[in-house]
Amino acid sequence: MLIRKPDDIPDKEITPLKDYLNRRNFLRAGVLASTSLATGWVYRKLNFPKQPVTQQAELADLVVATTQPSAGGNGFIVNEPQTPYDSITHYNNFYEFSTDKEGVAPAAANFVTRPWTVSIAGLVRKPVTFDLDDLRKIAPPEERVYRMRCVEAWSMVIPWDGFSLSKLLERVQPLSSAKFVGFQTLLDPRRMPNQQTDVLPWPYVEGLRMDEAMHPLTILATGIYGRALPPQDGAPLRLVAPWKYGFKGIKSIVKISLFADKPPTTWNVAGPNEYGFYANVNPLVDHPRWSQATEQRIGDYFRRKTLMFNGYGEQVASLYAGMDLRRNY
Amino acid sequence: MPDPRFAKLVVFVNAVVPLSLLLWDGAFGSLGVNPVEFAIRTTGMLALIFLMLSLCVTPLRRITGVNYFSHFRRMLGLFAFFYGCVHLCLYFIFDRGFDLVRVVEDMLQRPFIFFGAAALLLMLPLAITSTNKMIKRLGAMRWKRLHRLAYVAAWAGVGHYYLLVKADTRKPSGFAIALGILLVFRLIYFLTHRPGAKAAVA
Repeated sequence: MLIRKPDDIPDKEITPLKDYLNRRNFLRAGVLASTSLATGWVYRKLNFPKQPVTQQAELADLVVATTQPSAGGNGFIVNEPQTPYDSITHYNNFYEFSTDKEGVAPAAANFVTRPWTVSIAGLVRKPVTFDLDDLRKIAPPEERVYRMRCVEAWSMVIPWDGFSLSKLLERVQPLSSAKFVGFQTLLDPRRMPNQQTDVLPWPYVEGLRMDEAMHPLTILATGIYGRALPPQDGAPLRLVAPWKYGFKGIKSIVKISLFADKPPTTWNVAGPNEYGFYANVNPLVDHPRWSQATEQRIGDYFRRKTLMFNGYGEQVASLYAGMDLRRNY
Repeated sequence: MPDPRFAKLVVFVNAVVPLSLLLWDGAFGSLGVNPVEFAIRTTGMLALIFLMLSLCVTPLRRITGVNYFSHFRRMLGLFAFFYGCVHLCLYFIFDRGFDLVRVVEDMLQRPFIFFGAAALLLMLPLAITSTNKMIKRLGAMRWKRLHRLAYVAAWAGVGHYYLLVKADTRKPSGFAIALGILLVFRLIYFLTHRPGAKAAVA
């Protein structure tokens, strides 16, 4: 079959082959494309660590909350939209693994928390070392939906699963001389790689006054969203005191001790004029370098006002009656 | 040496890549768990990186003897200013909720905000006087003296970053060390090349 060339395109207007394959333009386009790809690759590499999918087993004996959300009451269930599981498990501080909030989950992905024991000692009548199964027998995990306010001024609403710390303390029978409770995180630089750096003094330690520790809101959490606590969020056992800044919620606890005097706490040691022992959420007392008046709720685009005691004033304000909260920050 | 116009195009396109990816990820909701914080942090980091790159040009030219690098200095500096401005806009919109009064309050109360504002403000006259016309109008000597402010702006930027981090100061310290090396290089060059330097040594 004969294909005729259309008559309306004059020969001289048809692009000559040598221009069509212009070597110089081709090379230039190649240089632009390849350098841009390389820049883009570096940008992505630096910004987005590969995130593992977090899939935890469901807690078998979970007690689902029966108390209805209400303005007053015990504060166990906060009536605000809950932060998605993926956000809770892929954006948090856990300096033992990484100082980058989005780098914690990948760095902790292979952290094994079995076997695990927690020893309780100090000023108690019955010092004891629990393994995880014993701990589970103290009280079945129950659901607590708490606000979580980080000292860096971001916040979440997290459905924790756990039991009141008071139940554990009652079991070991504190002596009357015990006025403070101290907690300690695992020290194992091979399993917690960022403990090889000196960004903080290790092991991480925290503490509560006895009445704070016995408060019904204070829990030891073993799960989130009805599933076992993932390693990046402090598996297998962490503290949650929702009216305090997040750093008080010490993770991966191996030791609990009762003291007569205030125990040292890690961030207070690292920056005494910036992080106090109490660390109660307080919009009126700023961090020396930034404001605590507002916060960025994860999922929102604009900031909201931070509430006194993170909204738990009704439950906890009486603990601090007569105390100067500006001095005892 | 290749055509500077094309080489500049390569630098320009590459400098726009992070912005494009930021917009792309923003449009598809893939800026991570805290998109606002991510965008503010990333644009700030880009401003600092481009400022450092622009300050590397002259030392690099002197070490290698290749004057060709000077073609990129202005563009790198302007990109530092550009990313700094985006950084400021994001802070103003999302962090301060369009409230100028709260910006001023923040600036007076927080040293780290003050440092950041100073860095950007110092870059403003440099951006304005970056055209060939302005170089002619100011005269090369005066223009050069004015543009040494880029170093002050860089120190303010590094200070802004350093005062922001909680405990892990490795990244801001890295910037500080790099800047220190650049300054020492300048100092050595100044001491060895000032008029009469050789006489003084002899």
